[in-house]
Amino acid sequence: MAAAKPGAMQNANALKRQQSREQWSLLSLALPALLVIVLVILIPVGWLFYLSFLGGEGQFSLEHYQKMLKYKSYARTFITTFQVSILTTGICILIGYPLAYFLAQLPNRIAGFFMLTVLLPFWTSLLVRTYAWLVLLQRKGILNDFAIQIGLWDSPIKLVHNMTGTLIGMAHIMLPFLVLPLYNAMKKIDRDLMQAASNLGATPSRAFWQIYFPLSMPGMVAGSLIVFVLCLGFYVTPAVLGGGRVIMVATQITAILENQFDWGAASALGVVLLIATVLVLVVASRVFKLDAALFGKGS
Amino acid sequence: MSLNTRFTRSKLAHAIIGAGVGILVAGTAVADPVTVVSWGGSYGAAQDAALFTDASKNSGIEIIRESGASMSKTCLQVESNSVTWDLVVTGSGGAANAAAKGCLEKIDYGVVDVSDFYPNLYTDYCVGSDVFATVMAWNTEKYGEPGSDGAPQSWADFFDVEKFPGTRAYRANNVDGALEPALMADGVPAEEVYQVLSTREGMERAINKIRELKPHIAVFWGSGAQQAQLMKDAEVDMTTGWNGRFDNAKKDGATVGYTLKQALLDYDCFAMPKGAPNKDVAMKFLAEVSKAEYQANLPFHITYGPTNKKAYEITTAPKELIESLPSHPSNVPMMLPVQLAWYAEHREEALELYMELMSE
Repeated sequence: MAAAKPGAMQNANALKRQQSREQWSLLSLALPALLVIVLVILIPVGWLFYLSFLGGEGQFSLEHYQKMLKYKSYARTFITTFQVSILTTGICILIGYPLAYFLAQLPNRIAGFFMLTVLLPFWTSLLVRTYAWLVLLQRKGILNDFAIQIGLWDSPIKLVHNMTGTLIGMAHIMLPFLVLPLYNAMKKIDRDLMQAASNLGATPSRAFWQIYFPLSMPGMVAGSLIVFVLCLGFYVTPAVLGGGRVIMVATQITAILENQFDWGAASALGVVLLIATVLVLVVASRVFKLDAALFGKGS
Repeated sequence: MSLNTRFTRSKLAHAIIGAGVGILVAGTAVADPVTVVSWGGSYGAAQDAALFTDASKNSGIEIIRESGASMSKTCLQVESNSVTWDLVVTGSGGAANAAAKGCLEKIDYGVVDVSDFYPNLYTDYCVGSDVFATVMAWNTEKYGEPGSDGAPQSWADFFDVEKFPGTRAYRANNVDGALEPALMADGVPAEEVYQVLSTREGMERAINKIRELKPHIAVFWGSGAQQAQLMKDAEVDMTTGWNGRFDNAKKDGATVGYTLKQALLDYDCFAMPKGAPNKDVAMKFLAEVSKAEYQANLPFHITYGPTNKKAYEITTAPKELIESLPSHPSNVPMMLPVQLAWYAEHREEALELYMELMSE
């Protein structure tokens, strides 16, 4: 025992050294990525915060934040932004869940083909897709012309340059962001579980709601959050399809920059949007156990 | 080994020759090309056809043409010490705003000759390139040809949806030229518009007039190209916008007409970012494009008037076309010249009020 002790100490020390060496080498492997994050995320965001507190003379000032309280348009654009994001996410879930479920039931090869129909638009330029919707939906657009010709309705319906058009375009663009993680989660669900449920006497709908649906939740939460957060900062689609009637925060930031060249005021809006987004994520992570959803670990 | 040395030597020799040639070329080369930035759509195309291509050929100054001109981007380049633009097209108001923020280079009027210019179409920081009008335009199938019986006559008609039922378009997210029409429609004489707008009550009066119309405003437009598109697609029945865009839309087959009555008279100009990389050559190019001989060609491509009086004398454009230009002496009296001083003082507040209206 006494003789073995120094050897054990040596081993323990050697192990410790090896462990710390491993940690360092892991850190050095991750270093490039960490550097990139610091360079392209932390520093610019810090700069954004700094600018938002700069007054006209370069002094510390809260004027940009005070202005947001003074005029009603700012609160309204934030409400619109959240409204559009929540509705788009909802529509994506309504369309995306059955779609992902359908895809997950298919044999892999056939599912791959249908997956292409989801991914193909995903690879097309955002601008092209947005303008394509404009051409389809406008007053003398293809859809209205066709519907009037076959007698569905008599005079053109307002499908675009409003909330309706914005949501149609946004949902179309966001759908793959929901379907992909959801499909992935559904593929991992063991089919034997459903069979076991029906063996034990569960109806198909009960088996779905009690077994399948909860197991697909992580994919759905992850997908919905991606969609929701992307929507919060969206610019092109609401600007084109909203026709100036759906003003989101990004649009207002542009308006301030184009008209007043006021980086401070624009930064302040960006900061508030960023904080709101982070808050949503924090709350969501508490409610939905986000770690499990995003990293696939059991909670 | 010897092969290797020889190879290295010949490589070295090549490098030396290459460097020598490089220095020679650099020594004899003309200056860097001047970067000229304008807008998209028919406007930039018209400037290329009338001004830039010929001016570049005749002066021997090479240019690089870019689109997407904007004074906020100009200021961003200046403030971040990364100026790549030499000449930038801008509205008069944008230039005044950018100059006040210290983003623009002073124009050297020793180089640029403005002796034949209209006196109010150039400032210390920008040289007028064309005169345009913010007008109301409408679908002629719906409301009739301009000047015909029953066609819209004034801003009051634009805001009157009982007399002229249908949809409208109006400016989005920008207050330039948005409040003046509303006040004229509300009965304020043109010459008193800016005086009334100089108080908060006056601005709110204009905003309220637009608020009344808002249920009928189907689209808020964001660019000149969009104005033209809205009329081509018959997406709306009547819109505000820039006269030249509608003439070009008409050439493309749109059934659109407009009136210069009560229109807002304004001008575009060339400005130079502070610290422009090729300042001296760019100034020479600016002098070249400002000559009457190029401006005289502009009306053939877009119906904007010259800022150089002499262009009216030498142009070969037909009389009819000349008389339709916004800066033609017979048209000016029926229009309201845009007052930059009002914008300098009130734009920020007016924009906030306008954004409130838009976000409702």
